[in-house]
Amino acid sequence: MIKKILLGNEAIVQGALEAGVNFVSAYPGTPSSEIGNVFSKIAKENGVYFEFSTNEKVALEAAIGASFSGLKSLVAMKSFGVNVCLDSLIPLLYTGVVGPMVIIVADDPSCWSSAQSEENSRAFAYLAHIPILEPADPQEAKDFTKFAFKLSEKFKLPVIVKTTTRVAHQRMPVVIDPKVNTGTQKTGEFIKNPHQFVTMPPRVLEMKKELLEKIEKIRDFAEKSPLNKVSGVRNTAKVGIITSGVSYLHTLEALKELNLHIPVLKLGFFYPLPKKIIQPFIKKLNRVLVVEELEGYLEKEITALAKDINPKLQIFGKNLLSPIGELNANKITFALAKILGRKYQIPEVKEIIPKRYPNPCLGCPHLLTFSILKKLTSKNIIFGGDIGCYMLAGMPQFNLQDYLFSMGSSVGIGHGIMKATKKQKVIALMGDSTFFHAGISALINTVFNKSSPLIIVLDNRTTAMTGHQTNPGIGKTGMGEDTAILKPEEIAVACGVKNIKVIDPVNIKEYESTIKEFLNKKEVSLIVARRICALLIKKQKNG
Amino acid sequence: MVKNSFNIIIAGVGGQGLITLTQILAEAALSEGYDVKTSELHGLSQRGGSVETHIRFGKKIYSPLIDGKKADLVISLETQEGARKIPLSHSKTIFAVNNDYVLYRGGFSREKIEQKIKSLLKKRLYLIPASEICKKELQNGVVSGVYLLGYCIFKKIIPLKANSILKAIKKIVPIKYLELNKKAFNLVNRN
Ligand SMILES: Cc1ncc(C[n+]2csc(CCOP(=O)(O)OP(=O)(O)O)c2C)c(N)n1
Repeated sequence: MIKKILLGNEAIVQGALEAGVNFVSAYPGTPSSEIGNVFSKIAKENGVYFEFSTNEKVALEAAIGASFSGLKSLVAMKSFGVNVCLDSLIPLLYTGVVGPMVIIVADDPSCWSSAQSEENSRAFAYLAHIPILEPADPQEAKDFTKFAFKLSEKFKLPVIVKTTTRVAHQRMPVVIDPKVNTGTQKTGEFIKNPHQFVTMPPRVLEMKKELLEKIEKIRDFAEKSPLNKVSGVRNTAKVGIITSGVSYLHTLEALKELNLHIPVLKLGFFYPLPKKIIQPFIKKLNRVLVVEELEGYLEKEITALAKDINPKLQIFGKNLLSPIGELNANKITFALAKILGRKYQIPEVKEIIPKRYPNPCLGCPHLLTFSILKKLTSKNIIFGGDIGCYMLAGMPQFNLQDYLFSMGSSVGIGHGIMKATKKQKVIALMGDSTFFHAGISALINTVFNKSSPLIIVLDNRTTAMTGHQTNPGIGKTGMGEDTAILKPEEIAVACGVKNIKVIDPVNIKEYESTIKEFLNKKEVSLIVARRICALLIKKQKNG
Repeated sequence: MVKNSFNIIIAGVGGQGLITLTQILAEAALSEGYDVKTSELHGLSQRGGSVETHIRFGKKIYSPLIDGKKADLVISLETQEGARKIPLSHSKTIFAVNNDYVLYRGGFSREKIEQKIKSLLKKRLYLIPASEICKKELQNGVVSGVYLLGYCIFKKIIPLKANSILKAIKKIVPIKYLELNKKAFNLVNRN
């Protein structure tokens, strides 16, 4: 055992290796991306199969196939990825796994690296009945990942390890086992068992019953697990704290700040909730503060538990700690001081320097598109934004984004706008990775249902925003092997798109005249603006 | 010896190599027997916007974040980004700021920001022409962060040993750039 400074995401990779993972799939998304990036580099030498999948749904499905064939699998994604794979995730809990499976889900409270929404993925526990563990730091990220494999193996269910930006992108010295199993890739075998793998009625309802029973067994197990721990004085205390994830670390800082010694229950298990640990903890208290980020799910659970065990307990949580934005020690200090009747003011921080917004990099090919589109600004041209570096089109200096939702939605929503308005024209932007991820079904819908947006695929030959991962258009797999190069323009032909052109955006004149020509078309049209990401060129040069 | 914790905020503009500096400091602190935590942001925030990382080391560190006004030191790779952190500082926070300027829409002019940061920080400010020195001496401005680090170590602003930093540099920096980085780190001693 040695100590090594690791990023939370690196610690997760280490935990998976120590657990003997065989099969890893991921779709990038900050703050989860480094998990895939690291596996992309080290999978081969460690006898692990790794792929960047086309999207999170196929990433999960790939791992399901591997698990059904007996392999230990890991899937990594950001919060929004769960929305995409949910349709297969829910039945997976019904069938359960064969080889253990761990799913890493990274939330981003405060939206440091996310548009779309401030999603709290813990809610999926209730919907899918999937066990969720919440580590606080890289050491726990490693330990919990390893533990999650054991849990999955024991109960034959997939397990989510849920991080946040401040866990995934936190560094600390982590105790690691330097001798992880390296060797040749393991081959699995799919042993037919329709009783387990086919979720058709009437069996499906039986499966649900089995699932709910398993969850209660896991709850018993969680109630004895050291992943939930109590610290601080106990017996005489009247005030206590219940917390989870990185909030635990901020809580310890807050207690230090106020020089307080009160009991803290840190829950490693979010679901199933270890009720028998919580009950004795709250039994003798007068007041409890629930410290959790975003929506107050734990608080609700604890309120329900207190009704039976300690109806007079005063429960504080979201009334003092906002459900919006990440927590920090100051906010928790404030809440504690309030409860204890002490004076504390969150230090006021006034901005004295104007905001510096992110900007396209020097030589970014997206800039060429922005500069042409800027000239077309009018109330009858709607600019559909999508997810990627080209979201920068929405920055004040460009102001070229009239709506922004989720991956692939520029075309889906654009179609609806064109159907509804008839005379307004939508120009929908979409990156290459986004096109493969979720754009194709939306494209087919425009042909099928006869609408006519202009789609511009900004093909910068990479998944740039999340750190230059490969995608189906590149010709390299996540393990660096050669593979087919899929071309958006050829896919568009096959989808029945009539007006298609591939342009190097430096050819401004040609680009501009094509846009003008296509804007007059009665059918959907598609331009592939193809030029490699400037940052990627620089990266490749620097090796 | 650090009693409680020593808290450093590194500020700059996306792409200036903040994360490498953060890693070097973390490794050095660990090698001196400290507990250490860092926090950083990846992703779109890197694309030319303001960025910051936090490093804390001491006997026992819990949170990776430096809240409120608890920074002991702000290292900034650019003047406007250095000034941006003034509201996060207390009356004793030291600022080691590269006197380099990256223009942006809505920002201050070079002269104005220099005036502002000097008048607000007075004796707490070390305004160091790191980029200029590195370009002149090493024909490379990229290592100005490592030069600043050297400055803070040799002037005893950061309570870590030069040798620990050098060992950390060896561990973190790719072999191709190792000599350059070592030179940048030691440059302060020559002037
Ligand atoms: C469902 C989902 N998965 C992942 C992400 C994270 N994400 C944000 S931008 C992006 C990359 C998009 O790449 P591309 O479309 O090629 O555009 P580029 O950044 O290269 O311009 C990803 C994967 C997300 N927002 N939603």
